[in-house]
Amino acid sequence: MSLTLKDVARRTPWRAAAIALTAGLVFAAGLTLGGMTDPRRVQGFLDIGGIFTGRWDPGLAFVMGGALLVSLVAFALIKATDTPWASAKFELPTRRDIDARLLIGAVLFGTGWGIAGFCPGPALASVLIGGADVLYFVAAMLAGMLIAKIWFA
Amino acid sequence: MSFVGGLLIGTSVWLMLVGLGRVTGVSGIAATALTEPRSSGWRFAFLLGLMVGGAIFANVFGLFGTSVASTPWLIAAGLLVGFGTVIGGGCTSGHGVCGLGRRSARSLVATLTFMAAGMVTVAVIRVMNGVST
Repeated sequence: MSLTLKDVARRTPWRAAAIALTAGLVFAAGLTLGGMTDPRRVQGFLDIGGIFTGRWDPGLAFVMGGALLVSLVAFALIKATDTPWASAKFELPTRRDIDARLLIGAVLFGTGWGIAGFCPGPALASVLIGGADVLYFVAAMLAGMLIAKIWFA
Repeated sequence: MSFVGGLLIGTSVWLMLVGLGRVTGVSGIAATALTEPRSSGWRFAFLLGLMVGGAIFANVFGLFGTSVASTPWLIAAGLLVGFGTVIGGGCTSGHGVCGLGRRSARSLVATLTFMAAGMVTVAVIRVMNGVST
């Protein structure tokens, strides 16, 4: 009988927090290195009119590409019989429907993303160092989340 | 460097998947931490790592953001991002990285939609600012 890292992790709840903390740190490193925490670069990527004028910044396509490459492999390797290291079971999204709320939500999100150059991850990664501008954005973002949660509860 | 950054984001997604059995959707993690704080220990740990990590690595790499909008516009944009990601069930990480990684058609539609909306928005801003497109 062998005691694997997985067994230990499942028996000690603090491991879940340690894994999540580590994942958050690695996520922040990736966002920063990839340029996602700079709204000017995000807008530069979304500015596809710039393709024709040489102004376009393709950087974020490489960020998405690199992240997606690892993500595709990670999800493909998960088997139904697996158990996560630090929790009882996998809890992955199950919805497959494409409804009006999905589309309306994505349009509203994309519009805000274009205006500010921030999506939720980079905004939170910048909140301790970005000054008042980022604080206003994050406060409004959390308020928007609460409004939607309460409205559609 | 952009590609390496992407690989790191993917590594974080892998760690959350094999470690906690969860997708790394930042908007969902933040919104659920707000409404279900009692069961959100791991969510707060992830958000702490994201915020502290952001401060650490900005200094380590010397990469800091530049604001592109005035305060009223930032507040309006924040409301749109928060409201939209909850209604649409995800953001760049949840739909874009994890959803596409799971090969979800729902997430592909969401990702194409918010990317298109972002591109149209920036094009409108450029025109309003009088920059030729």
